[in-house]
Amino acid sequence: MSASAAPLALPPTRSHLRRRLRRYGPAWLGGGIVLAWVLIALLAPWIAPYPPDAVDVTSRLLPPSAAHWMGTDTLGRDVFSRLLHGARLSLFAGFSVVLLGAALGTLIGIVAAWARGWWDEGLMRLTDLVLCFPPIILALAIAAALGIGPVNTILAMLVVWWPKFARLARALALVQRSQEYVEAATVLGLRPRRILARHILPNTLGPLAVLVTLDLGNAILTFAGLSFLGLGVIPPTPEWGSMVAEGRELVEQWWVATFPGLAILTVVVGFNFCGDGLRDWLDPKGRSR
Amino acid sequence: MPRYIAQRLVAAAVMAILASAVIFLIANLVPGDPVLAQLGDIAASDPATVLRWRAKWGLDLPLWERYGIFLQGLAHGDLGISIATRRPVLDDIIQYAPATVELATVAFLLSLLVGIPLGIAAAVWRDGWTDSLARAISLLGVSAPTFWLAFIMLAVFYGGLEWAPGPGRLDPIAFPPEGPTGFFLIDALWQQDWETFRDAAAHLVLPSIVLAAATVGLITRTTRAAMLDSLQQDYVRVSRAKGMREWSVVMRHALPNALVPVVTLGGLAYANLLAGAVMTETVFSWPGLGRYTFRSAAALDFPAIVGITLVVSVTYLLVNLMVDLSYAVLDPRVRR
Repeated sequence: MSASAAPLALPPTRSHLRRRLRRYGPAWLGGGIVLAWVLIALLAPWIAPYPPDAVDVTSRLLPPSAAHWMGTDTLGRDVFSRLLHGARLSLFAGFSVVLLGAALGTLIGIVAAWARGWWDEGLMRLTDLVLCFPPIILALAIAAALGIGPVNTILAMLVVWWPKFARLARALALVQRSQEYVEAATVLGLRPRRILARHILPNTLGPLAVLVTLDLGNAILTFAGLSFLGLGVIPPTPEWGSMVAEGRELVEQWWVATFPGLAILTVVVGFNFCGDGLRDWLDPKGRSR
Repeated sequence: MPRYIAQRLVAAAVMAILASAVIFLIANLVPGDPVLAQLGDIAASDPATVLRWRAKWGLDLPLWERYGIFLQGLAHGDLGISIATRRPVLDDIIQYAPATVELATVAFLLSLLVGIPLGIAAAVWRDGWTDSLARAISLLGVSAPTFWLAFIMLAVFYGGLEWAPGPGRLDPIAFPPEGPTGFFLIDALWQQDWETFRDAAAHLVLPSIVLAAATVGLITRTTRAAMLDSLQQDYVRVSRAKGMREWSVVMRHALPNALVPVVTLGGLAYANLLAGAVMTETVFSWPGLGRYTFRSAAALDFPAIVGITLVVSVTYLLVNLMVDLSYAVLDPRVRR
């Protein structure tokens, strides 16, 4: 509704503002959270108060204080500094898995939709085949077999990550091929470039972008989970999942495991807010949901 | 209808065989070497020991021959011998499965009991505080890392408040109930052993809440969306117009139709719970398939990895099949 009202440029009323806030507030909040974490990841070496791997056994397991905002871990490392550095790997892993998975999946889906026939059948059965494995277990098996390390874990996740994008991309490509609005736009005399840019592109990229955004949180969760199980990183590397693992026996020293978990939670909430907002913005019909 | 079922069954069987080939290939082509994982550095440095060991586990045969042997065994219900536990993989799976199925079932019931009423309330009082609450719960449930949630629950309710018992299925000093099923709740009931029943139930509380967290969000969202849809249907307006009480309109007319997608989603969610138990079981020292999977993966125990992945993906396939069949029953148009 607000989309159709906006071009009239009516002065915003209070209820109008409230509705807009309700509708877009979470999306902006999510965007803010994600942006903040991206900045932290980029600037970690400069803003972290201590080096992430500075061992100091004289100050191990200190509770949060002015000197160590989030306390120290079993080796006396500053949890806050490690958390800031941990953002780099988590975000890197999330973005690489989802973007590479989306690219690969979209390519496979579009090829299948374009080629039809045997290629379509073969590629889609392959997609179904990968989808019939529980993703965590398959990724766990592959990651364990490839060996510990972030690159191997990302590769293992990629193997299970592309199929949903392949399915979505194929369905979208098939639908767009035979849309009435494309014909209508052609009949109305719109230039093909305009049809592509203003009609087909938003309709295909939109759902993919929504899936990518919502999936980023998912990928970060899965990567952290595999790290928690000991597969994602080799120990001294600061990573949120493995930080929780290091602190999971330490109930008295709750800060060791609690803060990295909160970091994961906020990033994932941020991406979920963004994804929901993006979906509402791209699909005005579903907006009331 | 029988024709449709037959078609789907054949398709599922083909998928299962293909899946076994894929998982076998992945497990055997990757560079990880079970010799190193199993023998340790010292034994692995002696070539004769390594050769003997490889021959013993059939790792010296070409890949297709190994797959042939694997398929042959599979036809006899034999998944091979676990390298780590030295026991038949199928025996291991049968031993560990009840703990996981019990946990997943309790978590599933819990997520239905919370998710469906919450979804209904969110749809009926849309944009009210229940709706916001439902949103917040589902968002947090989906976004919180399972392993972290498990830690927080243990730290708060076991370590801090001492309201709940610690990890494991029973008190460390308690004996598991004798019984035919391996589900401690059912076996304890069977034996009328109330002490053990209470113990087992108490140990289930925290892990099932943790495991249910993500599913609750999913079920709440689906119920809410389906209820919003069915509350806008004409038959709802008619029932309201003829003066039915709102409670009856919601419960008798809107809800049954809204439950169709929830039920089908529920099937998939249940299969996901079985797989998602890996993290929960690891933190809660739950002696189930999840922990077994993790241990096998860490030890590069390929027969166990192949076996368990196969069992879980066949379960996945079967659940999918049942979901599709239930669609066919509920919606005649699907049958073709």
